[in-house]
Amino acid sequence: MSNATLSGKRPSSLRGATLPKWFPWAVAAGSIALGLGISAAAGLDSSIQWALIAALLFVLGSYGIAARVEGPRQAKDRVATSLVWVAFILAVAPLASLIYETIKRGVKVLDGYFLSHSMGIIADSEPGGGIYHAILGTLEQVGLATLISVPIGVLTAIYLVEYGRGKLAKAVTFFVDVMTGIPSIVAGLFILSLWIITLGMGYSGFAGSMALTILMLPVVVRSTEEMLKLVPNELREASLALGVPKWRTILKVVLPTAIGGITTGVMLAVARIAGETAPVLLLVWVTPLINSNPFKDPQASLPVYIYLQYANSGGQGPGYDRAWAAALVLIAFIMILNLAARGIARWKAPKTGR
Amino acid sequence: MAKRIDVSGLNAYYGSFRAIEDISMTIEPRSVTAFIGPSGCGKSTFLRTLNRMHEVTSGGRVEGKVMLDDEDLYGAGVDPVAVRREVGMVFQRPNPFPTMSIFDNVAAGLKLNGNYKKSELSDIVEKSLKGANLWDEVKDRLNKPGSGLSGGQQQRLCIARAIAIEPNVLLMDEPCSALDPISTLAIEDLIGQLKERFTIVIVTHNMQQAARVSDRTAFFNLAAVGQPGKLIEIDETERIFSNPSVQATEDYISGRFG
Repeated sequence: MSNATLSGKRPSSLRGATLPKWFPWAVAAGSIALGLGISAAAGLDSSIQWALIAALLFVLGSYGIAARVEGPRQAKDRVATSLVWVAFILAVAPLASLIYETIKRGVKVLDGYFLSHSMGIIADSEPGGGIYHAILGTLEQVGLATLISVPIGVLTAIYLVEYGRGKLAKAVTFFVDVMTGIPSIVAGLFILSLWIITLGMGYSGFAGSMALTILMLPVVVRSTEEMLKLVPNELREASLALGVPKWRTILKVVLPTAIGGITTGVMLAVARIAGETAPVLLLVWVTPLINSNPFKDPQASLPVYIYLQYANSGGQGPGYDRAWAAALVLIAFIMILNLAARGIARWKAPKTGR
Repeated sequence: MAKRIDVSGLNAYYGSFRAIEDISMTIEPRSVTAFIGPSGCGKSTFLRTLNRMHEVTSGGRVEGKVMLDDEDLYGAGVDPVAVRREVGMVFQRPNPFPTMSIFDNVAAGLKLNGNYKKSELSDIVEKSLKGANLWDEVKDRLNKPGSGLSGGQQQRLCIARAIAIEPNVLLMDEPCSALDPISTLAIEDLIGQLKERFTIVIVTHNMQQAARVSDRTAFFNLAAVGQPGKLIEIDETERIFSNPSVQATEDYISGRFG
C-alpha cells in the first residue's frame, strides 16, 4: 500500500483543515457588504462609519471562522494578518484620497503657461497667471538650504561616527536631537530676530534658507550617521591595514560605501523642508513678480503661494484652482526628488553578483 | 625585502585591561611563523600590535618594543600609516571593498595612497593576482565587483591586495577559518610560495595547518579568563609538535587541556 492511499484514509497529524486561499478576500467582501447594510439600516450616512464597521467585522469574522475550522493558533495568526491589513488600509486611504483630490482639482489650470508665467499683472481674483516665480523661489531657497546643510551635516556625522569620543561627541548628539524637535515657526522667528531685526537685513530668499537649514541639518546628520554606522568596520580596517591614512579611508572607502543611503537621507530632508510655509512667510515674504536673486528682496515660494491663493479666493474661483495646481506641482516635485533618490541609491549601492 | 621582527617586553591593553603580558620573540625573515593557542589568549591582539592596528581599536594601547630590522615601530615620531605599508595584513573574514571592481580592489593600496604611475598599475595588479594564484580565475572579469567572487577567491583577492603594496611582512589572522578545505589548501600552497618573498606570521586554530605551513610555531596561553595572555614558548614547528619543552604546550597540542 502506498503512502498516498494511506494519507487518503487517515487524517494526517501534520496537516490540519485549511481554509482556501480566497478566504480573506471573501471575508473582506462579506464584511464590507455587511458594513454597508448595517449602516444603511441604522441610517448612518458617513463613509467612515461603514468602513470602521467593516474593518471590525473583517477582524472578528476572520477570527471566528478560522477558530472554528482551523484551530485557535491559526485563528490568532489570521487576526494578526488582518490587523496589519486594516492598519495598512487605514494609513494608505488618506494618502490615496489626498493624491486623487489634488490631481482632480489641480489639473484644471495646470499647463505649460501656468508653469512658465508669474502672477505679475494678474490680481488674485482674475484667471490666468502662473507659478514660475514660486517654483524659482522654492528651488533657490531649498537649493541654498541644501548647499549649506549637506556639507555641515555630513561632516558632523563623520565626526560623530569616525572621530567623536567623550563629552564633545555626546554634546553634539544631544543638540542634534534637540534641533530635530524645533518647530519650524520657532526656527523662522529665530532667524527673523537675528537676521532681519537685529542685523537689519531685509526679507530675502537667503533668510528663508537659513531657517530651512536649521530644520534640515538634524535630519541630514541623523540619517548620515546611521548610514555610516552601517559600513562594516572590517572595511575600515582593511583600508587602514593597507597603509591608507584615516581621512583617505573615510573619503575613499567609507563614504562611497554609504553614499546611496546618505543621498536618500538628504533627499528625504529636502522633501521635509520643501513644504515648509511658516518660516518662509516670515523671512522671505511674498511677491507676485519673478525675483531670481535669492539674496535680495522678497521671493515667492510654492507653499506660501498655495496658502495665499487659497486664503484670498474664498474657496472658489481662479485663485482656488491655482492653489490646487500649485499643490500638485509641489507634490510632484517632492515625488520626483524621492524617485531620484531611490535611483541614485540603487545605482550607487555596493554591487553584488558575478 | 623580507625583514626580521624582534619583539621585546611587549604589553598590550584594552583600556585598563592588559590583554597580553611581557611578550618577547624573534620572527625570522623569509619564513612562516604560526601562532597557536586557545581563544582569548591574545594571539590576534599580538598580531595586530605588529602593524600598529591594535591602537585603532578604541582604548587600544601598547607598551614595549617591536623592532623591524633596526627600527622600532613604537619609537617616537613613527607614523603608523607608514608602518602599515611595511607590514601588511589579511583578516579572518574576506573583506574586499564592495564599491570597487576586482582590479580596483587589488590596486586599492596604491590608488588610495595616490603614489603610482598609471602605466605600472595594470602590471602590478597582474603580478599581485598571479602571486595570489587568482589571475587565471579572474583575468576575464577584472571589472566585475570583487564581492561576486566565492569566499576562497575573495580571501585570495585580499591577499593580492595586501601584497600589491609590496610589504616586508605579511600578517594573517586566521585566513582560512571561513573557508572550505579546498580553498584552504589553495591558500596554504600560496603561503608556501609567499614565504620566499615575505616574512609571514599566521594565527590559526587549526593545529594541522600550523604543522603544515609553518617553520616556527609560538604557543600562547592564559592562566584564566580575565588574566592576560602570555607566550608559553616558541620553537621550530617540528619540535613544538613532537617534543615541546613545556608541558602546557604538549597538553594543548594533544588535546589534554582544561
